[in-house]
Amino acid sequence: MALRHVNAVVVGAGAGGGVVAKELSEAGLSVVILERGGWVSFEEHGQDELINQRTTVLGDAYGPDDRSPRVAETGPGRFEVVLPHEGGYNNNAACVGSGTVSYGAMAWRYMEKDFRMRSTYGAPEGSTLEDWPISYDDLEPCYEKAEQQVGVSGDMSANPFAAPRRRPYPMPAFPYNTEGRILEAAAKRIGLHPFPIPMLRNSVPYGGRNACVHNRYCCGFACPNNAKNGTHNTMTPRALATGNCELRTHSIAKEVVVDDKGLARGVRYFDATDAEQYQTADLVVVSGGAIETARLLLNSKSRLFPNGAGNRYDWVGRNLQGHAYCGADGLFEERTFDDVGPGATIAVSDFNHGNPGLHGGAALCNEFIRPPYGFSGMRPPGQPSWGKAHKDFQRMFYKRSVSVRGPVQEMPVFDARATIDPAVRDHWGIPVVRLSGSRHPHDVEIGRVIAAKAEAWLKEAGAVATWTNVPGLGLSGGQHQAGTCRMGSDPKTSVANRFGQVHDIDNLFLSDASLHVTNGGFNPVLTIMALGFWVGGHISSRWKDGRLT
Amino acid sequence: MNDPLPAPGDGPAISRRAALKLGLVGVLGAAVGAGSTAVIARLGRAARPRYRFFTDAEANLLIDICEQIIPRDDVPGATDTGAINYIDRQLCGRLSRHQETYRRGLESFRQTCLQARGAPFGELAPAAKIEALRSLELGEAPRALWGDPSAPEFFNLVLSHTMQSFYGSPRHGGNRDYASYRMLGLDYPQVVGQNRYKKA
Ligand SMILES: Cc1cc2nc3c(=O)[nH]c(=O)nc-3n(C[C@H](O)[C@H](O)[C@H](O)COP(=O)(O)OP(=O)(O)OC[C@H]3O[C@@H](n4cnc5c(N)ncnc54)[C@H](O)[C@@H]3O)c2cc1C
Repeated sequence: MALRHVNAVVVGAGAGGGVVAKELSEAGLSVVILERGGWVSFEEHGQDELINQRTTVLGDAYGPDDRSPRVAETGPGRFEVVLPHEGGYNNNAACVGSGTVSYGAMAWRYMEKDFRMRSTYGAPEGSTLEDWPISYDDLEPCYEKAEQQVGVSGDMSANPFAAPRRRPYPMPAFPYNTEGRILEAAAKRIGLHPFPIPMLRNSVPYGGRNACVHNRYCCGFACPNNAKNGTHNTMTPRALATGNCELRTHSIAKEVVVDDKGLARGVRYFDATDAEQYQTADLVVVSGGAIETARLLLNSKSRLFPNGAGNRYDWVGRNLQGHAYCGADGLFEERTFDDVGPGATIAVSDFNHGNPGLHGGAALCNEFIRPPYGFSGMRPPGQPSWGKAHKDFQRMFYKRSVSVRGPVQEMPVFDARATIDPAVRDHWGIPVVRLSGSRHPHDVEIGRVIAAKAEAWLKEAGAVATWTNVPGLGLSGGQHQAGTCRMGSDPKTSVANRFGQVHDIDNLFLSDASLHVTNGGFNPVLTIMALGFWVGGHISSRWKDGRLT
Repeated sequence: MNDPLPAPGDGPAISRRAALKLGLVGVLGAAVGAGSTAVIARLGRAARPRYRFFTDAEANLLIDICEQIIPRDDVPGATDTGAINYIDRQLCGRLSRHQETYRRGLESFRQTCLQARGAPFGELAPAAKIEALRSLELGEAPRALWGDPSAPEFFNLVLSHTMQSFYGSPRHGGNRDYASYRMLGLDYPQVVGQNRYKKA
């Protein structure tokens, strides 16, 4: 039996999809969301150290499961099937809300220069570094909507580098924990400008939900108190409350159908019983996350687009990027641990731009509370990692250590990419993604400099031993995956236009991290949400008399 | 903020600056105050597990290796807390792709000890056991006996699985009686909502 035709199908109920579906539903469109995962709860995995979304040695708490393998390049020209809990997979999540259920909830606006990386620095050799087709000013009202409607606690008044904002955050900033207080004083002594990390968590009751209880474990885990704000407890419920939106969980899209006139007609997918369905619609929005969005477009072959929707010029799946995390660890005499979760409270933005000789940089933040298993791998070079020395180190320093980390803004590389594997298929018979390529060497150079800044900060804070962590050249992506369908004004060197509409397919839109031209020196999710408001607002403005004009 | 007297379970109260000045490696050993003998006595009586994957001989060798990685001192170590139970169980579950690595790695290690040390691992003196494992870690084991896995690959796999067993949730088969959390002075199981907070 044919499914009832709707105005819009949104593929994916994550950060970008959750926002765009809510915008379209409120604008009066009938919307179906297809999400391959289900609703998840804290209770299922609780605070399990080995099954969460950050430490996945025994599985991903919030999906996907082993029915969704990928193929990864594990050595030059060597490809292997990888499962979601394995590193080479570059997983984010698969559930209603996706990464926004279990994220660390840092809520960054990018800076003005982050949208103009090429004109600010020029592209280093071997990089496709480019400007965004939109500016920070274009996106500013959408950042504001994300902060107000999803809910952010923060205060940027102490950060002189922050881009201008029209409205303050809707909730006050979280106070510093012990690490934050130690680091704040030290930062000021060496002329840095520390400020509290803006967070998609409630510092006071907000949106009808509780304030944060400061659990030890937060990043990688769902919130037991519903005080962490993702799309699953804000945007998606609002979309459903309009009565215009239907969410179909455990429904995996296989293909966007594009007709001979170059218009999207709907989406073929497998429902919760693995039966194939065809949902027709006036327009389609793909929000599967950077890697799966590329996969879906590449798997959507038609007469006009034989190499996949939007892939006329072979740009779909290219420029896969994430963040080259770098930083430093320090050991202290004094106790730094106070069990006030989630632990990350303080940041500096002094090194995002203006580093001599470098194309950008990164923000620096103190880390989330490390579970003891994670701490077992945190050792200065040369320190034994096992035996009695291991136990003594754990006892001595678990509560006397601080880590500072920074997400280095990466230089996009054309050959860092997601393609379709010629042989391997998932549980539903859909060809899977194959990941290949590597980082740009300049990312490592930036990482080295920023790591040294982190180390100097820790030393000033009184660390008695410090060491740095510098990223390698391995393919990036992971939880911060972005860039695979970049927006741009030239259809030959981008996949979507400035409103997220796929070039040449007038009613096919993207709303997720795949649109990012560059990924900022910050965690990406608030920008993804802002783009959801941007794309959703654009579609709504074109929606007149029951059709896209 | 500066907290000179460690809270219970907060680590040893030695002159840390002195220890640090001497360099970190190997000099951090110090008594831990927590009275955990009772715990050890209780754990010592735990019933011997039935193995899902390992033969008895393999299991005995692996138990001995894990114990060097996390030795018992005045708090429980790998044997007490069920490292073998964790690895055996997970090799028949989530970690099943490592089965052959264990099978071949344990056999290579058994032969390595006979060849390079002239005795089975279990009969070596404590210091010699540590040396034997250090050679694996550094890849100094006889080439002919190691291929897939290499000696360091095998060692690092056992190392990470032993850490997982010791620090992971007891529901996966290790960390019996939350021993590692007791050692670190962390509340466990965590009480959700332990802190004061405002309800909506
Ligand atoms: C542990 C963790 C910590 C993080 N911490 C932070 C942080 O502190 N700050 C920050 O900014 N970011 C953080 N992130 C990253 C953030 O969650 C992601 O950047 C964000 O969720 C990506 O948004 P997206 O819309 O691009 O994709 P996603 O949010 O991943 O949404 C994609 C959705 O589409 C679904 N989907 C994919 N393909 C299909 C298909 N074919 N059919 C149906 N459904 C499909 C997926 O299941 C998923 O639910 C964190 C992530 C994790 C996992």
